[in-house]
Amino acid sequence: MNEMPNFEQAKTMTESKISANKVQVYYGDTHAIKDVDIEIQPRSVTAFIGPSGCGKSTFLRTLNRMNDTIDICRVEGSIKIDGENIYDPKVDPVQLRAKVGMVFQKPNPFPKSIYDNIAYGPRIHGLSRSKAELDEIVASSLQKAGLWEEVKNRLDEPGTGMSGGQQQRLCIARAIAVSPEVILMDEPCSALDPIATAKVEELIDELRENFTIVIVTHSMQQAARVSQRTAFFHLGVLVEEGLTEDIFTNPKDKRTQDYITGRFG
Amino acid sequence: MSEHTVTAYDDELTAMAGKVAEMGGIAEKAFADAVSALVSQDLELAKATIKGDVRLDTLYNELEVKLIELIVRRQPMGQDLREITAATRIANDLERVGDLAKNVAKRVIAIDSDLQSKKLAIGVEHMTELALSQLKQVLDAYTRKDAEAARRVQEADAEVDAIYTSIFRELLTYMMEDPRVITQCVHLLFCAKNIERIGDHATNIAENVYYMVTGERLPEDRAKVDETGAV
Repeated sequence: MNEMPNFEQAKTMTESKISANKVQVYYGDTHAIKDVDIEIQPRSVTAFIGPSGCGKSTFLRTLNRMNDTIDICRVEGSIKIDGENIYDPKVDPVQLRAKVGMVFQKPNPFPKSIYDNIAYGPRIHGLSRSKAELDEIVASSLQKAGLWEEVKNRLDEPGTGMSGGQQQRLCIARAIAVSPEVILMDEPCSALDPIATAKVEELIDELRENFTIVIVTHSMQQAARVSQRTAFFHLGVLVEEGLTEDIFTNPKDKRTQDYITGRFG
Repeated sequence: MSEHTVTAYDDELTAMAGKVAEMGGIAEKAFADAVSALVSQDLELAKATIKGDVRLDTLYNELEVKLIELIVRRQPMGQDLREITAATRIANDLERVGDLAKNVAKRVIAIDSDLQSKKLAIGVEHMTELALSQLKQVLDAYTRKDAEAARRVQEADAEVDAIYTSIFRELLTYMMEDPRVITQCVHLLFCAKNIERIGDHATNIAENVYYMVTGERLPEDRAKVDETGAV
């Protein structure tokens, strides 16, 4: 039994996909993220939980430099993916975001056909040399997102005409199409009904074979269902991170305990 | 611990712990009464003990429904989850303690005669004192959420087991000396076995209290073996 934590630690030391060190985020004068250190495992699902305003989404957005788009936002510290500092001036944020895809709270398909929604990314990144190759990418992305059977006969219809759950899976397929390594999800199911949510969760579980997934969720049950590791944020601080089953049965920090049991005042 | 944002949840958890404690009180009394009826051959007390077990079963069934409702409605996490799973298991142990006490009471009626010799029951009485004190202490530990007290109960179970083995030997000797006491001794032996099992249930409860409070499993520090096989 005693060997387990050491093994976990050793794994953390050697194989992290994402390695964040002393990360600070400022919005103007507001210190939104304080001293966050975290190691994120490859090919697994890590859930970020915490009350509104705790910084979990802000931190998620540092992982593909989405915060660059906000003028007053400043990021300090180091974030490495596969050992490479993503805030290095040599790194092209557009290339980075192809490697680190993102899915948002509200499904946001482009006002284009289902086909073009998926084909857009591969086209601008020059990932296909022929129409046949592009067709193949679209089909395989939709298959991986579990959407192929539902849409294969109406690829030219607008993506915005689908149901909310289908739109969200379309957005996941769109993210997959550019062959990312990491997929960030910011409350991907908060606008979906339980059945559509279950389908997305099933998809997340399948995707973790090939991708590193980080998901922000307000639903602790969802974090418990989909993730292998869970991180709890509070007031911009990473309070506790560990195996999901440990966080939900026996959290070490009083603040985590209060939050997961519904005692936060 | 501070209160839940949803205060009704606190009330439900308090009510749950109250029901477990109530079951504990009833099981404890049933056990004490059954042995007291055995030692003094009090048939009325034995019958009352048998009848009283219905109340324990009713409480158990009510509590079980409440616990399932709590899980469905509150989706408990952390400490709350541990309290609810502990309550489920402890209630189960207490229900079994009630059954074992009832079985002792039934044997009082089966024996239906004064014990040939008071000395036959001395060992059983002594063992009862110890097991009863174990049960009392573990129920206190549950109410006070005292992990250390629970650990002590687990440790003391070895003593109950040791007394059981010595009673087994003793009763065996009596039976060899005087075959007329065989029927009574066999009943007493079963009673002793029941009491030994009540001790085991107290240990189970101790382990659950420890887990409930700390979130860690209490290490089982000794192998559970019935040594009477080697007598």
